[in-house]
Amino acid sequence: MIRWTELIVFAVLFLLVTVLGFLAARWQKGGDLNHLDEWGLGGRKFGAWITWFLVGGDLYTAYTFVAVPALMFGAGALGFYALPYTVVLYPIVFLPVLRLWSVSRVHGYVTPADFVRGRYGSSLLAFIVAVTGIVATMPYIALQLVGLESVLRTMGLNGSGIAGHLPLLIAFVILALYTYQSGLRAPALIAFVKDILIYLVIIVAVIYLPAKFGGWSAIFGAAEQKMATPNPTTGAPTGSIFLTANNQLQYITLALGSALALFLYPHSLTGVLASRGRDVLKRNMIALPAYSFLLGLLALLGFVAIAAGSTPITNAATGRPDTNTIIPVLFGDQFSSWFAGIAFAAVGIGALVPAAIMSIAAANLWTRNIYKEYLHRGATPHQEARQAKLASLIVKFGAVAFVLFVDPQFSIDLQLIGGVIILQTLPAVAIALYTRWLHRWALVAGWVVGMAYGMYLLYLIPNPAAAKSHFGGSALTLDKLTVFGWHPFAGSTVQIYVGFVALVVNLVIAVVVSVVLRAMKVGQGTDETSGADYHADEGSERLRPVADVAVH
Amino acid sequence: MADPSSGSGFRWSAWNLLLLIPLLMLVTPWFNTRNPVLWGMPFFYWSQFLWVPVGVVCVAIVYVRTKGGGVPLPDADPRVDDLDEGAHR
Repeated sequence: MIRWTELIVFAVLFLLVTVLGFLAARWQKGGDLNHLDEWGLGGRKFGAWITWFLVGGDLYTAYTFVAVPALMFGAGALGFYALPYTVVLYPIVFLPVLRLWSVSRVHGYVTPADFVRGRYGSSLLAFIVAVTGIVATMPYIALQLVGLESVLRTMGLNGSGIAGHLPLLIAFVILALYTYQSGLRAPALIAFVKDILIYLVIIVAVIYLPAKFGGWSAIFGAAEQKMATPNPTTGAPTGSIFLTANNQLQYITLALGSALALFLYPHSLTGVLASRGRDVLKRNMIALPAYSFLLGLLALLGFVAIAAGSTPITNAATGRPDTNTIIPVLFGDQFSSWFAGIAFAAVGIGALVPAAIMSIAAANLWTRNIYKEYLHRGATPHQEARQAKLASLIVKFGAVAFVLFVDPQFSIDLQLIGGVIILQTLPAVAIALYTRWLHRWALVAGWVVGMAYGMYLLYLIPNPAAAKSHFGGSALTLDKLTVFGWHPFAGSTVQIYVGFVALVVNLVIAVVVSVVLRAMKVGQGTDETSGADYHADEGSERLRPVADVAVH
Repeated sequence: MADPSSGSGFRWSAWNLLLLIPLLMLVTPWFNTRNPVLWGMPFFYWSQFLWVPVGVVCVAIVYVRTKGGGVPLPDADPRVDDLDEGAHR
């Protein structure tokens, strides 16, 4: 059954952002859109407000808005990790992000891999960072589509087979076209609409819904009761509204690991590098937690859905109930039709903004660190921009293909893996901002080992509730932790986030190998950056002009 | 550590230590309890919301106190182009 009122409101708002997306090409126009600084970084001149909306629209994605409450709905307290994650995030990244902005502006870097190349003089290390970024971003884009599709299906566009995916495909073709034309300016402009809608919806939801279901104490009571009910498949309680002795360490390491990972994702750095100066970034680090507050409130809606008795929709394409529809279902059941339409549009447009930024970030990586490095060394800025535009199309349709031909669950698993693998670039990108002590070959070795070990540990994790024996989640029981067959924590039922374990292993290898290589006096490569580069601010003569056409 | 060729250009301010305070939020045993309940919400949930302003205040203080530390510097090295990529390739 199609919900017409919702669909019409959704369509009107979608049309509005489409127009904005195409008009964005002319917004704040400075230079030629045929330069990566303009197309891929919006002219590197966004001020505090635009950066706030852009980075906020980028980090707090539709998938976050759909998946975090879904996790609360399914597992309880563990899903609330999203709040500590986004609280510790800004104090951690405050200083490194400023250094990265400065050094990137001085040397004209567009991607984190550009920085690694300049810092270590190693195109291999840069290649590794670029490929890791692209691989980690792809499933993330696919997940935005999953978020968008959960809304479309809730509105009744729940066909089976390829026809069921048609509305999604149309939405994405439109997105691909205006991103191609306007570059980063399109999501920057649309982010205003997205964030205003999201704020409106969440504020109304957290004021109106709890009152409707007898207040927070009734809601937490209903959640506690549901969590205590044993799961029919496993016989164990489905979750708990408090952390248990087993998942406390998982909660801590997942929050910390996610915070460390977020600004390693290429799309986060795209938002950072597009800003005008250090002061803009600093003020944003203070103002961005407004979204954290919002995310915490939103997470609680997972419990509200329990109290409301919402049931997830069965995805007609896979035939299984899809917990990710729980928030759209809650909105659809409890709000009047027109407001539900606004709520659906908020989630849907919330998918378009990050999907656009992510595809631009992945396209920048491809162009700067693979195409220009290996395929066409003498590429002019004009050729770079054209290559990136094409790559952004390919990346988007790759993501669509993911959703069309692969079980959405697979995208969710991959995104989980994405968080683990992007963390493995932390030594080469974040630590390199402070010191070059870690040897470039040691970083390669650390990456290889951390990556392989992380994958191996993920492989070991089962999920009995979903009848899966491998890649069942990111929570590793310490009992399973193995070092060449030795189980240091045999018998322990405490869980830990795999990404965190893999990062520790990566760092240990990087340090040990660095000591050895330094003792052997193996060449360290040339560092093209100098100390003062990491502090240069807007107005400094050190900065490279934006959209510099000199071939460098 | 302060090897000039390492190019870290590290600058330190004691105010930066404030950035460590929000990390205390990761000590979950402190707040993983039901009581005191506020508006029907267990302590575990409402107390974590309080950490949002704590984080904001810490970052804001560091911002205000270290302002001017990173202003445009007189370029110490006029031959900055020599450091550019390609020059050493």
